[in-house]
Formats: sequence, C-alpha cells, structure tokens
Amino acid sequence: MELAFFIEVLAGGLLAGVMYSLVALGFVLIYKASGVFNFAQGAMVFFAALTFVSLVERGWNFWLALVVTLAVMVVLGLAIEKVVLRPLVNQAPITLFMATIGLTFVLEGLSQLVWGSQPHGLELGVPDVPIEWLSQKANINISQFDLFASAVAGTLVAVLALFFQKTRIGRALRAVADDHQAALAVGIPLKQIWGIVWAVAGFVALVAGLMWGVRNGIQYALTFVALKALPVLILGGFESIAGAIIGGLIIGASEKLAEVYLGPYVGGGIEGWFAYVIALVFLLFRPQGLFGEKIIERV
Amino acid sequence: MLYREAGQFKTSYAADQQIFPILQDRIGVIAVLVLAFVVVPLVADQYWLGAILTPFLIFSLAALGLNILTGYAGQLSLGTAAFMAVGAFMAYNFQLRIPGMPIIGSFILGGLCAAAVGIVFGLPSLRIKGFYLAVATLACQFFVLWALQRFGWFSNYSSSGVITAQKMVILGYELDSPQAKYLLTLFVVAGLALLAKNLVRSETGRAFMAVRDMDVAAGVIGIPLMQTKLLAFAISSFYCGVAGALFAFCYLGTVEPEAFNLDLSFRVLFMIIIGGVGSILGSFLGAGFITLFPIFLSVVSQTISHATGMEISHAIVSNLELIIFGALIIFFLIVEPHGLARLWQIGKEKLRLWPFPH
Amino acid sequence: MQSQRKIGAPVLVVEGVSLSFGGVKALQDVSFDVRKHEVRAIIGPNGAGKSSMLNVINGVYHPQQGRITFKGETRSDMNSHEAAAMGIARTFQNIALFKGMTVLDNIMTGRNLKMRTNFLQQAIWIGPAKREELEHRRKVEEVIDFLEIQHVRKTPVGRLPYGLQKRVELARALAAEPEVLLLDEPMAGMNMEEKQDMCRFILDVNDQYGTTIALIEHDMGVVMDISDRVVVLDYGRKIADGTPDEVRGDQKVIDAYLGVAH
Repeated sequence: MELAFFIEVLAGGLLAGVMYSLVALGFVLIYKASGVFNFAQGAMVFFAALTFVSLVERGWNFWLALVVTLAVMVVLGLAIEKVVLRPLVNQAPITLFMATIGLTFVLEGLSQLVWGSQPHGLELGVPDVPIEWLSQKANINISQFDLFASAVAGTLVAVLALFFQKTRIGRALRAVADDHQAALAVGIPLKQIWGIVWAVAGFVALVAGLMWGVRNGIQYALTFVALKALPVLILGGFESIAGAIIGGLIIGASEKLAEVYLGPYVGGGIEGWFAYVIALVFLLFRPQGLFGEKIIERV
Repeated sequence: MLYREAGQFKTSYAADQQIFPILQDRIGVIAVLVLAFVVVPLVADQYWLGAILTPFLIFSLAALGLNILTGYAGQLSLGTAAFMAVGAFMAYNFQLRIPGMPIIGSFILGGLCAAAVGIVFGLPSLRIKGFYLAVATLACQFFVLWALQRFGWFSNYSSSGVITAQKMVILGYELDSPQAKYLLTLFVVAGLALLAKNLVRSETGRAFMAVRDMDVAAGVIGIPLMQTKLLAFAISSFYCGVAGALFAFCYLGTVEPEAFNLDLSFRVLFMIIIGGVGSILGSFLGAGFITLFPIFLSVVSQTISHATGMEISHAIVSNLELIIFGALIIFFLIVEPHGLARLWQIGKEKLRLWPFPH
Repeated sequence: MQSQRKIGAPVLVVEGVSLSFGGVKALQDVSFDVRKHEVRAIIGPNGAGKSSMLNVINGVYHPQQGRITFKGETRSDMNSHEAAAMGIARTFQNIALFKGMTVLDNIMTGRNLKMRTNFLQQAIWIGPAKREELEHRRKVEEVIDFLEIQHVRKTPVGRLPYGLQKRVELARALAAEPEVLLLDEPMAGMNMEEKQDMCRFILDVNDQYGTTIALIEHDMGVVMDISDRVVVLDYGRKIADGTPDEVRGDQKVIDAYLGVAH
C-alpha cells in the first residue's frame, strides 16, 4: 500500500517534471544559440497555445491550425530577433534578460488583446485517465495523458539532440552560442541562424503549450510556467538539453515528494517555493548545474 | 542663458562636493520642496493625494531601495515585494504587540526586520551573480509570501492573512486625513532619499559601484566583497521594508500577503529600468511614470470613447497597458539604457547651451 | 637612466612557487627577490607565467607549493585583501577599472582601506564622514596632479582613450600609497610618446615616493632603460636573474625569445 502510493507520487512527479522540461527546452535552445536568457519563453508558450486553441474553436481543422500556429510562431520569432535582439546585440547579458522581461509583457498583453482572456480547455485525443491495467493490477494510478506527454517530450528531445550534434546547422548554432564574433569571422550567417533558433524555440513552445493546455487549461497562469522552468535550468545547466530533461525530472519528483511527505509538517503549500530552494542549494555548491560549463573569471 | 554655470567657481573641495553645485539647480530643488511640502497639501484634493501622490512617493521609496541594490551594487533582485511585505507585516506586529510604540518606531523596526531578511537571502550573492542571483531572490519572494500566509502569528490569526493597519498617532495628533498621510509619507521619503543620496556619493556608494562594475578587481584593491554585498542587501531591504510599511499604513490601510506578489516586484524593477538604474532621481522619475501612466491611458481611452462613441473595454485598456509597458522597457533598453534620468541630464545639458545649438 | 634611490634589503621574497591550473603548469619552482626601492622587471615570452606570478604575489592565485615573504611575514596563501592591506597595489593587463564611475571616483576607491567611517556616518554626511572624504580627496588630487589627469577627473572612465585609462589605473594604485607596486604591462598598446610619459611617471613614483616597483613589460628598450634588475621566465621557470646587461647577454634568454627547441 505504502509502496504503491510512493510510486504513484513519484511517477506523478516525474511526469510533471517532463512538462517542466518541455518549457526548459525552449530556454536552452535560445540560450545555446544566442546566449540570451529568454524570460519570455513562458509568454511564448501561452501565446502559441492560445492561438492554436482559438483557431480550433473557430472551427479550423486540427492539423491546419497546428501548421498555421507554427507559422505564426516562426514569424514571431523572426520579429523578436529583428526588433529586440539585434539592436541589443553587444549589450551585457543582463540587459538582454531585462529586454525579454519586457517582451513577456508585450506578448501577454498581445495574446489577450487578440484572443480574449477567457480560459480554454483543450483535447488532444488522449484522455487524462489512469492506465487501466496498472491501476487494476498494482493499484497505481498513472494518467494515460502523462505518458503520452512524456513520449512526445522524449521524441522532441531526441530530435533536437540529433539536430544539434549531427547537422551542420546545429554545429553553426553551437558556434554562435560560444562566440558571436568568431562565428561571424568564419562566415556563419548570424541573423539566419538566430531566425532558425527562435523558430525552433517557437515550435517547442507550441508543443509545451499544448501539453500544458490539456493538463491545466489554457489561461493566463500558463505564463508562470516559465518561472518553474528556472530551477530546472539551474539544476541542469543552461546549455544542456540533457540537463533540461534530467533537471525537470528531479525538480518535478522532489516537488511532489516534498509536498506529500514533508508538506504536512509545515502546513502544506510548499510546492510553490520548494523547487527554488533546491535550485538555491545547487547554486551554492555547483553553480554551473549538473551539466553546464564552469565559468572561470580571469583578471 | 538662464541655466549657466559661468561665474560659479568652486574654490574648495567641499563646494565641489555639494549635491547641487549649480545655483539654478538649488533654486529649482527648493521650489520643488516648497511645492511638495506646503503647496500640495493645501491645494490638492483627496483623490490626488490618496490615489496618486502618496502611492507615487511610496513606490519611489521602493524603487530607491531596489536601485541601491540593483542599480548601484549590481545585484539583480526580483524579491522587492517580499521585503515590502516583511516591512508592512512586522510594522503592524510591533504596533500591535508593544503598547505605546510610536508609529515611526514601528516603521523603523519593520524596516530592520526586512533588512535582516534581506541579509539572509542576500547570502547567495556571495557565490552567484547575474540572473542566477535573480532566481535566488525569487526563492525569497515565494517563500516569504508563503510564510506570511501560513503562519497566522503575522496577521494576528485573521483569515487569509489580512491585516488592517492601526491608527497612527504622532505627538497626540491622529493622522487619518489624506493630507496627514501624504505629509508623513513625504517626510519619510524625502529624509530617506537624502540619506541615500549622501550614501551613494560616499565611500560606501563607490564600493557598491565597484562591486557592480568588476567585483574581482574590487576585491583585489581591498574592498571587502562580502560585507559590501550584504550591506547593499540590508540597506535596500530596509528601504523596501519602510516602503511596505507606508504602503499598508498610509495608502491601502488593509493589506494581505498577495498584495506583495511577484507582479509588484516586476513593477518596481520596471520603475528603475525606465527611470534609470543607478540614479536617485531616476527612482522618482520611474515611479512617477509607472504610477501616472495607467491613469493617463484610461483618460485617453475614455476621451476616445466619448469622442467616437465606441466602448473601449477595461480589458482592452489593461492589455494595452501591458503591451506599452513591455514595449517601453525594450525601447529604453535599446535607446537609452540609463532611462529617464539620463534624458533629464541631456535636457539640462542642452538647456545650459540654450539658445545656442552647441 | 637608473633611478638614484638607494636600494635596500629584499622586501619581497618569492621561494619555490609552483602553480598549476588543472594540468597546465603555469609556474614551476620560481624563486627570486625584490629589494626595497628598486625597479624589478619580469620579462619572458608570451605564456611564460608572468601575470600568474604577479597574481600569486598579491594573493589572487594561491600556489600549490612555495611561499611569499613580504615585510618579514612569510605566507603560503595570502589573500588579495590582506595583500592590499599590507601595502601591495597593482595594475592589470586588461585594465580593471570601474567603467561606470568617473576618474575621480575610481581613484578614490584606491583609498578605501584608509577610510574609517561607517555607512551610517556617510549617510548623514555632516561631520566625520565629510571631513574624511575631503581629506582623502586632497590626497587623491595630489595623485591626479602628479599624473597630469586633472582635465578628465569628472569623465566616466569608460569614455577615455586607452592610454589615459592606463594612467587612471596607475593613479588608483598610487592612491593607496603602496610600498610595493605591481604593474602588469603598463605600456601595452601605447605609442612612443605615451610610453615615454609612462616611463617618466614610473621613475618619478620610484624617486619621489620610494615605492618598490615590480613590472611586467615586453618592450626591451623600456626594460633596459628603467629597471635595476630583471627576472626572466620561460614556460613557468626562471631562466635568468640579474642586471639588464647581464640578462641581455645570457644565451638562455636569447634562445627563449628566439624560440629555440627545448
């Protein structure tokens, strides 16, 4: 009985963690390729999900809506790169970070201005019910949808990892992330690369938005999902795709376990900040995360 | 030709060191102070005092606090609202539980509690920087709010953590009119602003800026990094704590932990970005802008509504507000990263030359 | 033109210092001394470990082996704060100035160890803080006069040309009234005129204030002209130690610079 419950909580946590990882992936992509910490990722997730669901509710065909939303995200990404990032190209990272905070607000306002602010539900064909044979045989409740989301995330990660490691464009992206000037010096077309990166990040945002949308509904609170991705990134390192996944799993699992097993002692509700405390502890002992690169400052 | 320094020579370092070395500046500042302390309370109506000027002053103080930490000492913080909350709730508790406690004393003690919290959550700054530190301050923001709601002691066991600020009595006078609250706030804010101005121009201020610009070098020339960073957190949190106490006592009257949420932290950050990081004046300009802008927008939208007969819903206005804020942040970061304060300075420089072009 | 100062006993002694970063051996068993009032040059091809040596002396890096004796006190792990407090000041290869502050403020930070008032006194300003600030301002203005940078004292440092920035960095180090001044390539990137000015300043500092100077420098002409003694490093090891003339004729030194295979 105890063990079954523990496995249920753990599995639930891991699967929640997968959702975090999806959002964190978007961050990693942009950071890896442009060195920018895109705080607006959460707003992008929200915007993508809202656009898709609004089109579907207006009667559009599922796949058509998907493609059109993807196109919109790509255009959005290119616009962001042109209007916000390019003018700030040589500024300190902190300036770029603050610009993405501004971007967050623009996207939030825009999303709601265009599509309205009522919450929307979303169905993707996989129901959010426990898997039959698991709950009957072992008394463990794991949602079918959660499993589906993990499969999607897994596929996405595999594709992205291959993309970065094996293709020419992926190599160019890594070069750009390392040193803009050097990349320019060897002839890598910076602007195109950034355009591609933001487009891919937009796609990841759409996927994340859809998964989260089914789980929690598409509403304004979705933008705060980005905040949860921050501890994930700190654990996993800002530049590692593998780190985003593993970090997400760890954060998701620890959060749920802490809430269930530690929560009662302090009155509950610790899910809100527990992830941050874990991140904080990590920062103190291993600032580069599990997979990030150590930064050495030389004078 | 009005704004000339010609003929104003400084013959001592003391004279050079003044806050307002140019005579015209001094006259201007005195005029503003007279306006603020004397004219406004006599002339302004309840709405202006209670809903615009008092919150403007309070937010200026919070922005000042954040500017000390982020603008001068370079430690990015997203936990401003949490420090304000500590100040508000602890001031309330000191007033409540210590009989005969003077209200200013409660404010100061509330600020000191906020400073203590600031030091604790500033400890990570000794090892981490930049937006990693911002994440650590987020931990502070979420944790403090949770603690204030979870532990009933803070709100005297009221439901949902709401507190109602007590009446303020100074030297036998009860301060419950908008004028009185405005004057108290003005007095506190002006005083703390002066102290802050002195501080940032002194060795402590230089130490802060050295840590901001290149902390490795600062350490090498002898500036104690740990003390400097923690002092920045402490002073900044004190200012934010006092601002929080004023927020509860002189503005809203009734507050709950949720009023000090992440949204408020971002708001104050926007104030210093737009107003000018690393500038005392900028804190005021930014706070003024962010306080007045929503009002300006709603006036504009109402005018358009009346003029064209179209209904512009409140939702549209508030979404427009978000968009314009965000766009302004980006705009300022691109065009003038030093914000309105720098624009003000440029304006003064042009005024020096007027009517000549250069 | 050597300085006329009378050179005294060793004030700084480096013994058997070895420093590695991971697998890279930056310094191997380096020993030399610096005598009071002298101008000591540290030279060597790129990557020889010269900057690392300076960083070890003032506590930025901690050597795995060896010790430093300064003013009679022997330490194997000085930290930079203590080094500064004991009277060692330095400049950096890549100008470590505080770009957001004015020249005057940058130089004033050099006085930070001598300032005693606390932040509360400074916030109030009137009284001890004001007196202290003005007293140190006077001292700093002396340094500004000495290095002829009065005309830029209120300019933000980030806006100054490279040569002036280097001078401001020197001013900041001088403001601390150090006993030993470590200069890391003070003339890098300067033209002939600027170099002559800098040489003049360095010699004046040595003459007027009696400051002991250890400098890293690539320009051989400068080294020969202004130093009393020279240490030569190559691949982290000391290969020569003596007067400029002795070192110039040393075959090992010539080989190191010409890149003869080891």
